[in-house]
Amino acid sequence: MKLLSTKATCNSHGQDSSYFLGWQEYEKNPYDEVMNPEGIIQMGLAENQLSFDLIESWLDKNPDVPGFKSNGKSIFRELALFQDYHGLPSFKKELVDFMAEIRGNKVTFDPNHIVLTAGSTPANETLMFCLAEKGEAFLLPTPYYPGFDRDLKWRTGVEIVPIQCTSSNNFQITEPALQQAYQDAKKRNLRVKGVLVTNPSNPLGTTMSRSELNLLIDFIKDKNMHLISDEIYSGTVYSSPGFVSVMEILKERNDLKDCDVPVGDRVHVVYSLSKDLGLPGFRVGAIYSENEVVVGAATKMSSFGLVSSQTQYLLSAMLGDKKFTKNYISENQKRLKRRQRMLVSGLQKAGISCLKTNNAGLFCWVDMSHLLHSNTFEAEMDLWKKILYEVRLNISPGASCHCTEPGWFRMCFANMSEDTLNLAMKRLKAFVAAESNDNACSKRTSRRKSLSNWVFRLSSRDHREQEER
Amino acid sequence: MVLGGKSQQLLSKIATNDKHGENSPYFDGWKAYDRNPFHPTNNPQGVIQMGLAENQLCFDLIEEWIRNNPKASICTPEGLHQFRNIANFQDYHGLQEFRNAMANFMSKVRGGRVRFDPERILMSGGATGANELIMFCLADPGDAFMIPTPFYPGFVRDLCWRTGMQLIPVHSDSSNNFKITREALEAAYKKAKEDNINVKGLIITNPSNPLGTTLDKDTLKSLVSFTNEKNIHLVCDEIYAATVFSSPNYVSVAEVIQEVEHCKRELIHVIYSLSKDMGFPGFRVGIVYSFNDEVVNCGRKMSSFGLVSSQTQHMLASMLSDENFVTRFLKENSRRLEKRHDKFMKGLEEVNITRFPSNAGLFCWMNLKSLLKEPTFEDELKLWRVIIHEVKLNVSPGSSFNCSEPGWFRVCFANMDDETVDIALNRIRAFVGRETKKPLGMKRWQPNLSLSFSSRMFDETAVMSPHSPIPTSPLVRAT
Repeated sequence: MKLLSTKATCNSHGQDSSYFLGWQEYEKNPYDEVMNPEGIIQMGLAENQLSFDLIESWLDKNPDVPGFKSNGKSIFRELALFQDYHGLPSFKKELVDFMAEIRGNKVTFDPNHIVLTAGSTPANETLMFCLAEKGEAFLLPTPYYPGFDRDLKWRTGVEIVPIQCTSSNNFQITEPALQQAYQDAKKRNLRVKGVLVTNPSNPLGTTMSRSELNLLIDFIKDKNMHLISDEIYSGTVYSSPGFVSVMEILKERNDLKDCDVPVGDRVHVVYSLSKDLGLPGFRVGAIYSENEVVVGAATKMSSFGLVSSQTQYLLSAMLGDKKFTKNYISENQKRLKRRQRMLVSGLQKAGISCLKTNNAGLFCWVDMSHLLHSNTFEAEMDLWKKILYEVRLNISPGASCHCTEPGWFRMCFANMSEDTLNLAMKRLKAFVAAESNDNACSKRTSRRKSLSNWVFRLSSRDHREQEER
Repeated sequence: MVLGGKSQQLLSKIATNDKHGENSPYFDGWKAYDRNPFHPTNNPQGVIQMGLAENQLCFDLIEEWIRNNPKASICTPEGLHQFRNIANFQDYHGLQEFRNAMANFMSKVRGGRVRFDPERILMSGGATGANELIMFCLADPGDAFMIPTPFYPGFVRDLCWRTGMQLIPVHSDSSNNFKITREALEAAYKKAKEDNINVKGLIITNPSNPLGTTLDKDTLKSLVSFTNEKNIHLVCDEIYAATVFSSPNYVSVAEVIQEVEHCKRELIHVIYSLSKDMGFPGFRVGIVYSFNDEVVNCGRKMSSFGLVSSQTQHMLASMLSDENFVTRFLKENSRRLEKRHDKFMKGLEEVNITRFPSNAGLFCWMNLKSLLKEPTFEDELKLWRVIIHEVKLNVSPGSSFNCSEPGWFRVCFANMDDETVDIALNRIRAFVGRETKKPLGMKRWQPNLSLSFSSRMFDETAVMSPHSPIPTSPLVRAT
């Protein structure tokens, strides 16, 4: 008899993928300015480390909060006991206000419709448990966040069917691609329960256009399925066209109630403070849905991963300070923009371009296809290994994001200092230069080789042709 | 939104069935409490919450420690310099210092008789998350775990809801003091096999909820040998380990396996949490400790679904590695629990209410069989409704714990102050006094109650979750 469960012994956790292997190599040899200047620079981790000082300064000015005090009275006991899965009311209110603020207050959220979870990882898994049976499927546009293979599929048994997007239109979702994905699922005998998108996109670092969002709404309306919009990067949009949430589209359209189940009941948003506020350690995630049955079921499921009450309390105070949030959102975006520009220009100097529609996120989607020795994923893997072991940069290969075209890589820029980023760009430039020298050499070698072959062939024929060449 | 068939179809079975178990009477009593919560001055006639196993006796010790250790917080001026590192830390291995401190604490709770390896400590979202996680690692949908009755009602949700696992109750009753016998285990196992059910293991809670007792070494050894022999897992939920207040001393499964020859350690797993021992259910600190390397490996990846907040890890790493504090806390915690237990027992004895003799836990297992008209579960529930609505105490009926005999009730005593205990005991005295004065032929009580269960099935707003029993908490009242 099998000792452990199938889940424990399979590898659907996806952690054998290169996305995670790169981290392992980094752990063995991590860059440190002083202690290990030759080490691997971590560019595979989408963390926002640019704005901690803003939070630290807020904490400095608000000493009551860490002391578990409210109006001078100790509330430690109440916090220590508070395990209500409905969440701290004050925190939920401040969280939804924060979410609305990020969306320019063009939409509002009802705190009774939000479910708190320990990060967006369980939020996404919980939605799968609520919306799909084992063996059913969700459609996801490629490229997508590698962690989804674990979060959406592992313990739920739900399948992912890709919506293939290509560089020809900057990886935007098209109607034919949606329909094709739907057909692919059918061929695999998979019942599709919905579509899941990340907006802004990871790994593309772009916001979804209004037409894409409307396309998705049309699609799920027609097919009577769900749409999950993972908006955990919503606060990281730093340049135009600006962020449009699916909730805005829902508000604008007036044709969404004339179906069996109103579309509004089939759209669910996932959020987290890990990227926007740079607090992944605090495990703060949320599911937002107008569908009360989903909210009810997800709330019960949140028992398996509630947000620590001390963290809820801290954040409700912080997010309740509207002066702080206003300043934070705008300053954070400025810093991200500046840092992205640094990466883009550094890449340009190395003759590398990235997705020109990049306007959000903590990373760039970089095109290194011209550096591949062949237009294959094997070549991409070879290049990735070179970059990891020779250039000593851990970046994420497109294949790990299920990209259909080889040569694309995700490079993160917000989890290091400016100096480190400059160093990374220097290393990359040197590598590319060396590579092109090598290529030139090998081209010369191969020209010489083919010349001598030709000469060899000619030697038995006419010498004059060779001189002309 | 109309809750019609079409809407239901769009959701999964898990989302729409009631295997979350929240329609059980265990959670129902909280509704009555929530509608009319007791408060000494604002609502002295309200319902006293005695259905929530919380430990509120030692907060003063912890508050004092926090005041004296501002560095343990990443938000104080003393601790602020660590803020960014901690806020950024999402590694599912957990902070090393947190795991070291937990391993140390767990060992101290067991009198230093066993050492725990920090590398085997996995985090999860409270014991709730820990129990679900271990099942995901050990069982496939349809597989089964044996579980002695009576057991914590939340197990139905925690172990079975999303995992698709099933529970096989192994019944015990008061005739042999609810002991888990080898015969009962063998019989249950045999029957499962005959029914073609794949039994993957046995799960026990030690100290027991709701009995409030610890298992003796011999019984533990026999459980280890039984599961070893059948090559199935043994999961021991030890979340009440530090609530042992009188003899016999606590024996953990981790201790026992050191003494069992040729023990198959890879079959042994411990579940732990700080919710009961320290009274921190809000901080969501659950631990899975497995002696099986593969489970540790896989479980660690799964812990991504419910990591402990790094802010909390950091604070606890500091608190639990303070040896002096821990020693003092554990001693004082036991002393206060014993005092509270003794006070409550004395009160019950005065009105001839017997209870199951206990040496641990935050509750007692009360025997109210004499107040049942008929020894049926129907009458048990009727009595329970009277206790809630007339006596105004929320207690938990034995049937919600899957107890095989009617008339038992679990009553919690560590989640209130001394004065409230007195009031609760007065109410019990008055009620029992009234009941025993009535002529025997006459019906003991007239249940005039319109409380019904079925209307709650789809009433989402009535969904209960463990609440802080302090009605005037500013947190619940927040804008």
